Amino acid sequence: MKMKVFAERNLKELVRDPLNIGFGIGFPLVLLFLLSAMQANIPVSLFEVDKLTPGLAVFGLSFISLFSGLLIAKDRTSSFLLRLFTSPLTATNFIAGYTLPLLPIALAQGLVCFIAAAFLGLKLNFNVIVALLTLIPPAMFFIGIGLLTGALLNDKQVGGICGPILTNVSAWLSGTWFELDLVGGTFKKISYSLPFAHAVDATRAAIAGNYGDIFPHLWWVIGYGAAALIIAILVFKRRMTSENI
Amino acid sequence: MIAIQTTDLTKKFGSKIAVDSLNLAINQGELFALLGVNGAGKTTTIKMLSCLLTPTSGDALLLGDSILTNSQRVKEKTNVSPQENAVAPNLSVEENLQFIAEIYGYNKQEAKNKTAEMLTTFRLTEVARDRAKTLSGGMQRRLSIAMALISGPEILFLDEPTLGLDVLSRRELWNTIKQLKGKVTIILTTHYMEEAASLADRIGIMAAGQLKAVGTLQELTEQTQTNNLEDAFIALASGMEV
Repeated sequence: MKMKVFAERNLKELVRDPLNIGFGIGFPLVLLFLLSAMQANIPVSLFEVDKLTPGLAVFGLSFISLFSGLLIAKDRTSSFLLRLFTSPLTATNFIAGYTLPLLPIALAQGLVCFIAAAFLGLKLNFNVIVALLTLIPPAMFFIGIGLLTGALLNDKQVGGICGPILTNVSAWLSGTWFELDLVGGTFKKISYSLPFAHAVDATRAAIAGNYGDIFPHLWWVIGYGAAALIIAILVFKRRMTSENI
Repeated sequence: MIAIQTTDLTKKFGSKIAVDSLNLAINQGELFALLGVNGAGKTTTIKMLSCLLTPTSGDALLLGDSILTNSQRVKEKTNVSPQENAVAPNLSVEENLQFIAEIYGYNKQEAKNKTAEMLTTFRLTEVARDRAKTLSGGMQRRLSIAMALISGPEILFLDEPTLGLDVLSRRELWNTIKQLKGKVTIILTTHYMEEAASLADRIGIMAAGQLKAVGTLQELTEQTQTNNLEDAFIALASGMEV
């Protein structure tokens, strides 16, 4: 009950910030339409909608870290979290309250992306539902990063790390803008040692109906997501004593 | 009945002793002011009593529950208005109050009723639907204190409640706090002499982490053979002759 109340508060804080909606949903949509318009005018297949949309859906998820990290950092630095730590909310209430509202936001982002892509030619069928489900593990990864950065850093630092750095890393090393095979070598190896490329490939496999290709990639993302969340939870619990706040 | 009893309560940060073997007893319904300059240990004391900080040694019983072994029970009975205005910025005034009431265990209808009561008591009805971040500093402070009271705490900690407020807002807040006397045990930290003198049943003077003296205003001035609290404070806190 208390966790639900806290989660509702966090959801309200997130959706009432126009920047969150603008960046989280608006930015990927702008990119989707721009790049699709570009595709219409170039002879090579660079930004086909069924390849582009999964990449942008995952890219959009990277903003979750920014939203959640900023919310937690601001709560910490404004003493609102201090106030809540003196309340009967438990560690579980806190962690669940901060992370649970982000999952529906993440799925809503993905859904908006896929629906917008339908206007550009993406087929809306059962594969899209499977693709939405494949977005859950990367969403949990980005939620974990948000929880971790929010627990450790102030809001300016969160903005710097989760803003330009994480979003760019997740975009450039995911194969969203270009196939990683085009670069190959060490760049490709590094990309596939991180979760971003695997998240995009898993979602692309889902859209294409190649369900057998989903899990080899998704296990990577699940592993990174679990690690991010576990570390974030441990760090957050440690920070709950005020001398570390 | 004793509401708060501390036993050699100590907090060290590395080699720095922030609170040094504090032994204090506060009666139920009392308004107790903890007076001291910046760095005296007042806020650290409040943080330990509200289970925000773990003491290095010692213990405190709040209405019979230990802050070490029964912190969850302590948190259910107490509430804190921190030094900074700790409000949820994108929630409205009403939503902030309702939120706190619900996390302290009230159901939705009870929380609504309590919210209406607090809005009236703290004259926040006109701004009930406004987002907390749009309020003036004084109003945010009133909201912050209302959020501390809405849970119906048996013990209320007010950490520098009038810091940064203009004189009118400060007087208004004093009047509100005075109305709580006798109903709620209040521990108020301040470095404003007139605030302690005006509000408190008893005053504790802290300096360098130690409780130098405890008593009513009259007892402290008699003890130091001074005429006012400021002189008594200087004599007790610094050991200087006034």
